[in-house]
Amino acid sequence: MYDIESLHCATSVDDAVRALAEDPQAIVVAGGTDVLVKIREGKFAGAHLVSIHELRDELDGVTLSDDGTVEIGPITWFHHVTTSPVIQATVATLGDACDTPGGPQLRVSGTIGGNVCNAATSADSASTLFAYGALLDVRGPRGERTIPIEEWYAGPGRSTKERDEVLVKIRIPKDHYEGFTGHYFKYGKRRALEIATMGCCCLVKLSADKRRVEDVRLAFGVAGPTPMRAHGAEDGVRGLTVAEAAERVGALAQADTNPRDSWRASKEFRLQLIKEMAKRSLVEAARKGGAEI
Amino acid sequence: MEKLKEVGRPVARVDAYDKVTGRAMYTDDLCPKPCLEARILHSTIGNGVVKSIDVSEAEKVPGVVGIFTCFDTPEWAYPVAGHPWYAESKKEKRDVGDRRLLDPRVRIYGDNIAAVVAEDTVSCDRALAKIKVEYEEYPVVYDPIESMRGTEHPVQEGKPDNVVAHTLAKTDDEKLATMGYSCVEDVLTDPRYHHYKLHMETGEQSQVHIETCTSYCYEENGKIVCVSSTQIPHICRRVIGQALGIPWGDVRVIKPYIGGGFGTKQDIHYEPLNAWLCKQVGGRPVRLELSREELFFGTSGRQPKSFDVEASVDDDMNLRARSIKAWSNTGGYIHHGHALVLNSVNSFRWLYHRQEDAIRCEAWTVHTNGPHTGAMRAYGVPEGNWAAECLMGDIAHDMGWDGVEFRLRNAIYQGYVDEFSPGNYISARTCGLPECVEKGKAYIEWDKKKAEYANQTGPVRHGVGVAFFVYKTAVAPFALETATAAITLNQDGSFQLQMGATEIGQGADTVFSQMAAEAIGVDTEDIHIVSFQDTDVTPYDAGAYASRQTYVSGTAVKKAGEKLRAKIIEFAAGLYPAAQGDLTLRDHAIYDTVGNRVCGLGDLALEAYYNTEHNDQLHARATANVHTNAIACGCTFADVTVDMPLGLVTVNKIINVQDSGRLINPKLVEQQVHGGMAQSIGFGLYEEVQVDPKTGRVLNPTLLDYKIPTTMDVPDLEAQFVETDDPTGPYGNKAVGETPIISPAGAIRDAILDATGVKFYQEPMTPQRLFEGFKKEGLI
Amino acid sequence: MDMRILKCTVNGKEVQVGYDPRESLLDTLRNRLHLTSVKRGCEVGECGACTVLIDGVTTDTCLYLTDWAQGKEILTVEGLQGPDGALDPVQQAFVDEFAVQCGFCIPGLIMSTVEIVRSGKTYDRDELRKLLSGHLCRCTGYQDVMNAVERAVEYCHERLGEEEGQPVR
Repeated sequence: MYDIESLHCATSVDDAVRALAEDPQAIVVAGGTDVLVKIREGKFAGAHLVSIHELRDELDGVTLSDDGTVEIGPITWFHHVTTSPVIQATVATLGDACDTPGGPQLRVSGTIGGNVCNAATSADSASTLFAYGALLDVRGPRGERTIPIEEWYAGPGRSTKERDEVLVKIRIPKDHYEGFTGHYFKYGKRRALEIATMGCCCLVKLSADKRRVEDVRLAFGVAGPTPMRAHGAEDGVRGLTVAEAAERVGALAQADTNPRDSWRASKEFRLQLIKEMAKRSLVEAARKGGAEI
Repeated sequence: MEKLKEVGRPVARVDAYDKVTGRAMYTDDLCPKPCLEARILHSTIGNGVVKSIDVSEAEKVPGVVGIFTCFDTPEWAYPVAGHPWYAESKKEKRDVGDRRLLDPRVRIYGDNIAAVVAEDTVSCDRALAKIKVEYEEYPVVYDPIESMRGTEHPVQEGKPDNVVAHTLAKTDDEKLATMGYSCVEDVLTDPRYHHYKLHMETGEQSQVHIETCTSYCYEENGKIVCVSSTQIPHICRRVIGQALGIPWGDVRVIKPYIGGGFGTKQDIHYEPLNAWLCKQVGGRPVRLELSREELFFGTSGRQPKSFDVEASVDDDMNLRARSIKAWSNTGGYIHHGHALVLNSVNSFRWLYHRQEDAIRCEAWTVHTNGPHTGAMRAYGVPEGNWAAECLMGDIAHDMGWDGVEFRLRNAIYQGYVDEFSPGNYISARTCGLPECVEKGKAYIEWDKKKAEYANQTGPVRHGVGVAFFVYKTAVAPFALETATAAITLNQDGSFQLQMGATEIGQGADTVFSQMAAEAIGVDTEDIHIVSFQDTDVTPYDAGAYASRQTYVSGTAVKKAGEKLRAKIIEFAAGLYPAAQGDLTLRDHAIYDTVGNRVCGLGDLALEAYYNTEHNDQLHARATANVHTNAIACGCTFADVTVDMPLGLVTVNKIINVQDSGRLINPKLVEQQVHGGMAQSIGFGLYEEVQVDPKTGRVLNPTLLDYKIPTTMDVPDLEAQFVETDDPTGPYGNKAVGETPIISPAGAIRDAILDATGVKFYQEPMTPQRLFEGFKKEGLI
Repeated sequence: MDMRILKCTVNGKEVQVGYDPRESLLDTLRNRLHLTSVKRGCEVGECGACTVLIDGVTTDTCLYLTDWAQGKEILTVEGLQGPDGALDPVQQAFVDEFAVQCGFCIPGLIMSTVEIVRSGKTYDRDELRKLLSGHLCRCTGYQDVMNAVERAVEYCHERLGEEEGQPVR
């Protein structure tokens, strides 16, 4: 049994926003895989919950808008992101990333919006959403606004979304994904039921002859207190041949990142992972784009 | 080997149907809900004294029934290990009592200092959060070597140097004198030989049974009843009695199905506190279930150990001498004490003490402010095996010898007798190790792979490795072995079998049924085994540990079965005086010497129950006080891929081959081997309770951070056997349950060495350690 | 908070039961409906022992508020046997392949296997390993469990013949 002080089952997003506004202690729960765990740990003990779990009509599912923007409802399960034909046809790497958290049961309870809102650096979808430059629409008592993912993270476990705002949509515009192929590399100490020791997403756009990296986006989770882009590495390999880019990207990525030393892994080991994973992710992404390497 | 009828049959488990339908009842399934809930307040320091506890705010939490602190509980200490309790005449062999229900002296981080009983768990947790504790804090020591130098406040009273025990067994100087040496060190440093000196370490592994430790207690007829997930119900009864200071007969322990134990539940961790709390609230049912997190610091894992090992070896692959010094970190409490590290160094000796002129085994068990440690599957042997196999692997690698040939040349053999154990009890009357090795080599394609994997370059490499193991069966001659079985002929000619020995998932109930059927001369399907143990009605047995039950309790089953068979035949002979010659029981009927059917077993049973003149309810009960031991042995072969830049090892193929004597049920033995292998893969690569040495706090007490293998981390597991007929086992059987967890980790280590040339000495070989090793050798 | 009433379908039967809104579905199924096959192993979605099917989807009930189960269809191991007590082919496969040891994780594993066989799809062993990777088992090393799942798929495909199964999620 959970130490929950109150539980309001929202009937609509507007109802949820109203409930959050009325109770200054209220927080949102969607899939429950994060919030309920924190209640049990005591961090959120005595929680005032506003549940958006049942708002399927408003907040669930993936669609492609007329202008080619991929629109993802925040309470879409990880598994439904992975299996969505829209995702597979547009931002397939996000589907791959959403196939890695926890185990199969977690992926049909945990939601992509929750993964973004808990703002953990280790969130499996975060580095990929970073690489795709996702736009996050939130609604609150002051109306609706859009927060680009680059501006979303305020620190470890903290986002710039206010407590009384609800994430209502994750959008990836067409020009953010068109022409890119990618690879998400989750490094865990075992192959399932893992939290990432390091997460790396690389998207590349190849030249017509498939030999050069015309554009590249490289993002990491757990390489710092929040998910991050490795802009220096991107700039350093843009325009190079795939082989040259693979050779250089690791060391450049190390310079961009700032992993911490902890009992889970040393800083030195994480830097090694950053180097190796950046290289392998770039190669894999380029292969998917047709490069022979 | 003579073929038997029921023994050796791969019959389906007697508990399978209930377990796939959800009908099998485990402790918490039986607990009447709602009932009172109890939760524990754990210390937030690792060493010191509780000065005061303020419960005034906590008591105001709605739903709280009672709050009890370490200043309320009895001041005496009691022992918790699942060991025999000897009478006054042998009281020096008794376990040491060093636990109190709640204790103001904090020895480890998370020690039990108060408990809340409330109407529900949320009220418990809210109250716990409001209890204020004032401590006097002492410095924490986690390193046993440092602890042995003495601490200002010894961890346990009466042990100023924190040493629980120190033992030394070494080759006799007189014997060495006949070879021209004065001591073991002379052989180790003999200039004619190659000399090795290594240091190894093993970490704390946690059992991670999927059912947590749980119990509930209530009073009935003036007695305290404790329903618990325990491997050792009769010992649990005694320990509750000792802890509460009440007659042991006033305690009744019931053990339903249990969701795994692996040694945790061979200690009596929380049942006494649960029983005491129940008494404080007037005997109302109180439930005490540990959380997953509490299991990691509040119950006992495998003891961390370190080893200094030396060896000398000649040019012809013969070990000349070995020495092992072992330090075992038992943490703040003694639990199983020195027995564990003795098992480490003894098994180190037994495995390769063949050609050696000299051997030296020295061991210390040391208190620190580290977490509880105690029994875990194979009880100290995987650690000693790690030391033995690191050594053998390094020598073979450096000398360019075939690892299998080198090991076989020095390995335990049929006829081996351990000179250091009392009364020649530890001797290999049977030993199928060479045949095991042949099977393992063939499966892994040893020679082919060795050639194929030679001279690799590049970041990803492959290797094959091997490790042997040896394991004794049960605990004689070091401790008492006793078990009782009771069998009753039912009215329909079937049988009721009642054991004190416990089913903990290993399949004990099934093999006992098979052995009873074999002894009586009926089918396994005719045996109804009572799975639950209830100390008010169940015969005494020490319980499930030490791979002892099939051997010791099985001996009791065989005795009882043979006794009952004789009684049945005697009863039939009395009832049918006209029958010719000696009677026999087969095919559910009694036959005379010339093969005439005298009567059916069902009809005979009715006569036994309802014959007005000769009524005799047929029942047999037998106790086995076993004094023998038997040596099981075997090997693991592993094929791995090592991705050096990522510090990742993939086990591609792995096989355990073992000689466990005759297999009572080949399918159940396979089950045991698969499970043990997976646990050893975890032991070798993933699993480690990480402790902050500054505070003694467990850093990773969750299933997310303490990593047992998932379905995706183990390959298909191959289990093969070489059957021997050991003269001491009831049906030629030897240890099975624990053996498969011993050697896979060593074989994986050996395969990594084969693949990369890098020697790892610290277990588990986590990605972090692999990275450090490859980095140091300049491979990445 | 006041008690609420859960109306849903459990093992094919419509059920109404009072619950405390602080309860997880695990609590309610075990303590109020006495469906004790649903096991508590970790309470944080890491072990899979409490897995049931909710509207046909395997779910860890420890991380699922009972409040969310309104109107849902829930299936546990207790609901698998035929009216005559005959084992479901998945249960039978677990018996036949000796997949059961202590048995504590087995109901959860069986429910995931039910979801797999109901998909009507075939999978190779590695895919099956992934589909079952949300369950921790400490007894079996997964060897006989994997054999049982493969056997269950065989049994069910024999039974289904060419019939279309439900799509896997």
